[in-house]
Amino acid sequence: MTDIILETRGLTKHYGGVHALEDANFTLRAGEHVAVVGDNGAGKSTFVRQITGVEQRSSGQIFFGGQEVSHAGPLEAREAGIETVFQTLALADDLDVPSNLFLGRELFKFRLGPFSWLDRKTMRERTMEALKTTAVKIPNVDNPIRNMSGGQRQCVAIARTAAFASRLVIMDEPTAALGVQETAQVENIIRGLKERGVPLILISHNLRQVFDLVDRIVVFRRGRIVASLAKGETDGNDIVSYITGVKGNADAVVA
Amino acid sequence: MSQPAQGLGGLKYDASKRTRAPEWNVLIALIAIVLVFEVLNRLNGTSFLFNMRDTVDTLFNQQRLDIIILQVSITGIIALGVTQVIILGGIDLSAGSVVGATAMIAMSFAQTAIVNGNPNPKAVFGEWAMDLPVLVPIFVGLACGITAGVINGLLVAYTKIPPFIATLGMMVSARGVARWWSNGQPVSFPTASYGELANGDILSTLTFGLLSWDGQNPAVVFVVLAVLFQVVMIYTLYGKRSYAIGSNEAAARMSGINVDRHKVLVYAIAGMLAAVASILLTSKTLTAQAGMGVMYELDAIAMAVIGGISLSGGRGSIVGTVLGAGIFSVIISGFTSIQLDAYYQEMVKGAIIVGAVVLDQWRQRQRARG
Repeated sequence: MTDIILETRGLTKHYGGVHALEDANFTLRAGEHVAVVGDNGAGKSTFVRQITGVEQRSSGQIFFGGQEVSHAGPLEAREAGIETVFQTLALADDLDVPSNLFLGRELFKFRLGPFSWLDRKTMRERTMEALKTTAVKIPNVDNPIRNMSGGQRQCVAIARTAAFASRLVIMDEPTAALGVQETAQVENIIRGLKERGVPLILISHNLRQVFDLVDRIVVFRRGRIVASLAKGETDGNDIVSYITGVKGNADAVVA
Repeated sequence: MSQPAQGLGGLKYDASKRTRAPEWNVLIALIAIVLVFEVLNRLNGTSFLFNMRDTVDTLFNQQRLDIIILQVSITGIIALGVTQVIILGGIDLSAGSVVGATAMIAMSFAQTAIVNGNPNPKAVFGEWAMDLPVLVPIFVGLACGITAGVINGLLVAYTKIPPFIATLGMMVSARGVARWWSNGQPVSFPTASYGELANGDILSTLTFGLLSWDGQNPAVVFVVLAVLFQVVMIYTLYGKRSYAIGSNEAAARMSGINVDRHKVLVYAIAGMLAAVASILLTSKTLTAQAGMGVMYELDAIAMAVIGGISLSGGRGSIVGTVLGAGIFSVIISGFTSIQLDAYYQEMVKGAIIVGAVVLDQWRQRQRARG
């Protein structure tokens, strides 16, 4: 059991009276790529927000790398090695690419509290390297990303994640707003992660993509995990019947 | 499916593709406006910039330049703080009232106890708090500004009320403090050393007599602070965070930036800058009145907006505000120089502020369109 990277036991989140996530038991093994699918409001994003510390769970346990963890915020989760591409991108439009890549973890020439001196040259060089390894094309990294296309911006967000990825990457619908070519680029980045052995949780509505990229598919429905299926033992129709509730209306399963 | 290798060739830096900094447009506008007023003055046989009198032996119209520079400096120092707040995505309406409150409080500690053999009117503290060494009123004044700023910041960051409301409350309350401090009486006759703060020649002291600019200390302070904060906004974490928060607060929060604490810091610095302006203003005029600084906050905001600071946050620079302050003061001086009635001045001033925002919006759209 030592190769388990992430495990949740009875993870539950209530927003007032709304049970957004109910008793989620989930495991992720080293190097494994898992897709999380489900209808809108099924609890996929809520599940991610608990793991990344953006929100605090109502109850349940999270184990990361064998240790029980309780991340107080996204930065803490990130420092523990969980990198996330959020649905809302989490980019600052008026900053250039290096500033966005290093947002919240800037490099310094010297430290002086809030007036610490930024090491802009090194950050820029590392940005170029990161973009190179992820094969993302950005015409001019010194422009604010406001002026870039949706696809380029998404690539910046994903390059940020992939560049800093250490132990676990989570992507929340990374290709939802992208064109064909940009989607292919993102999928390449994901394959690169697989080669590097970085485990991934991918939230996606695109079943073609899911079957293309991941090893295992976990289905959420109404805040519960209703299925966890290896890619080889299922197909698109099977997954859809779990998503829509035709199948799997029994008790929650252990994913 | 694209090949990863293609990406390597696609990654390049093209200096020519960098968009021209919007500050250049503001600078061009400043020069254009100066030229317009020069032409208008020449039509009347006078000059806006240059000395036309035979009795005085200077190239420039020194009197007018001095007025412009003083105007730019005092309001400009406030605008430096307001700019940072706007970049952060906030607004500070309290700056003018903070100037008023700081003026009364700081000045009361610098008041001389006896004027021409008669006792000077006292503020709330009475006799013992008068005639103090110049450092005391400076520190008290700065503390006032910082306190007001911290309260603004705490309200904005932790109660989540809109900055407009939080600072509007401070605007009203600080004005109240200003009136209460000496029961509405003006506070006058400061110590000589306090008067030296604005009227002395600090440039000569700082450069060991190499340079000299007598009586223009506010301008020297303004330039030093402008350079300091331009550097801070670009090269330090403070600036980076301010732009990030103003640009996308949710993203900044998600990146682990302590947004609330940073907001308090920025509002505190804005308050401190208002206090600096207040100390220099009272030192220049040698008197403090509860009504001091009325509308200064709007002038400061106007300077920032004219200088290309986006009211939606995240965009603009200190350099822009400095140029905006120049435009603002040149326009006011220019109207006086062509003897335009003060009523018209205000009307046109309003139109210019709105015009600057419209122009900025239009420019943004053009750029977005490519």
